[in-house]
Amino acid sequence: MAILSEGFLRKDGGLGIRNEVLVIYLVECAHHVARRIVEESGEGNSQLIGFPGCFPNEYALKIMKGLTTHPNTAGALLVSLGCEAFNREELAKTTEASGRPIETLVIQENGGTAETIRLGKEAVERLRIESDKTPKAPMNMSDLVVGTICGGSDGTSGISANPAVGRCFDQLVEQGAACIFEETGELIGCEQIMAERAITPELGELIKKSVDKAATYYTIMGYGSFAPGNAEGGLTTLEEKSIGAYSKSGDSPISGLIKPGDIPPGGGLYLMDVIPDGEPRFGFPNISDNAEIVEMIASGAHLILFTTGRGSVVGSAISPVIKVCANPETYEKLSHDMDINAGRILKGDADIDEVGAEILNYVDAVASGKSSVSEELGHQEFILTYKSFEPIGPSCLPTR
Amino acid sequence: MNQNNGKHKFILLHPKDNVLVCIALCKSGEAINVAGKDIILDQDITVGHKIARDKLSAGSKIVKCGAPIGSMTQDVNIGDHVHMHNLKSDYLASHLRTATGE
Repeated sequence: MAILSEGFLRKDGGLGIRNEVLVIYLVECAHHVARRIVEESGEGNSQLIGFPGCFPNEYALKIMKGLTTHPNTAGALLVSLGCEAFNREELAKTTEASGRPIETLVIQENGGTAETIRLGKEAVERLRIESDKTPKAPMNMSDLVVGTICGGSDGTSGISANPAVGRCFDQLVEQGAACIFEETGELIGCEQIMAERAITPELGELIKKSVDKAATYYTIMGYGSFAPGNAEGGLTTLEEKSIGAYSKSGDSPISGLIKPGDIPPGGGLYLMDVIPDGEPRFGFPNISDNAEIVEMIASGAHLILFTTGRGSVVGSAISPVIKVCANPETYEKLSHDMDINAGRILKGDADIDEVGAEILNYVDAVASGKSSVSEELGHQEFILTYKSFEPIGPSCLPTR
Repeated sequence: MNQNNGKHKFILLHPKDNVLVCIALCKSGEAINVAGKDIILDQDITVGHKIARDKLSAGSKIVKCGAPIGSMTQDVNIGDHVHMHNLKSDYLASHLRTATGE
């Protein structure tokens, strides 16, 4: 299975599994116009994303650049009010340099709401015509980037869906894919074992520091304790609680430590440090699951493996989300929102390896064009807010 | 890899683990088989709780999902419940308000 089917070949060499035209509002004030452009453009490959804030933010610009130049992205329309601080010129320049068509509409200069919607629909039509011309090329497993996240977790997540995704990750890494796991705030207690899995001692030290940073950050935010409910559910120690989330990472060596928007330089397993650097400034690091999904997509993730116990229903713009349901009771209630029933492990109907293999086959199918359940249902959630990061150093991505 | 003994009540999450995790309620007095040994449970074990897969002595590391989750504070036999009363966190982060499950 080292070769997937054909991917969409971008002019910068990227290979995508989807071919999306993005309509991007650059401040909340342009949201309505951008949404109308997408709605009135009818069924097709246009998707709405955006950034709500009026104040500039380097992180948000970096994430947007990662999204407009993502392998799944064919082109983009930027919708600006006109007076917001988002650096639309630089975003357009970067997108254009990647060979993707990009157009910009400024509401204050284009005649207001109705006229900008009219112009926007024309722009989307042009971008769609361009996107249809995208050539196809064979795509290998080594071209694929896969992210994982857990959301709506319960006591079953760590004993069924998460280890099954870990088995799938091991197979993906072995076949040359790049895999990303994150949530450093939920890996407190796992830093030593992660450091031992790092491919260099320097990287191991940096991983430990990133978890330390998360612990400090969450303590200030009022997080970071072991709740009595955890013990009732059979969890004894803080590190045991963390290991439930950690088990999504599988057993592969850790090849690098990246921050949101950094692209893995090759195959292997990467830890994403999602906790902002410096003193806490903008509140909670990730206000909901989709904030983390967006960060992994900005780092090149073609698709996301989302494990859930209580039952999340979300998908995402740009990259398909595959839902792996940990809890058999949740699966009964929400089977029409789930792709994989990992709860079978708890029923004794399958073992972790079998479900891991099933997820791997499903990844292959979705990468080859099959819609995931959340895609089929039209889920295209997106959220991007303020953060600040320092760039990663050379020891974060050791060369092998 | 299920250690389910036809009853699917306990699961081995990782080959390196020395505990099994309960996936279906087990009643006190129930007979289960752990690593080839027949055990009579002396208490109820509920879903998510752990029992020892080996004989474990005080001080030994408990491994779950292939990763250490703490150290034993007492000796236990195969099949014994492993929880707050005999397992403690090895993780002592001074910057956390509550670093252990104690």
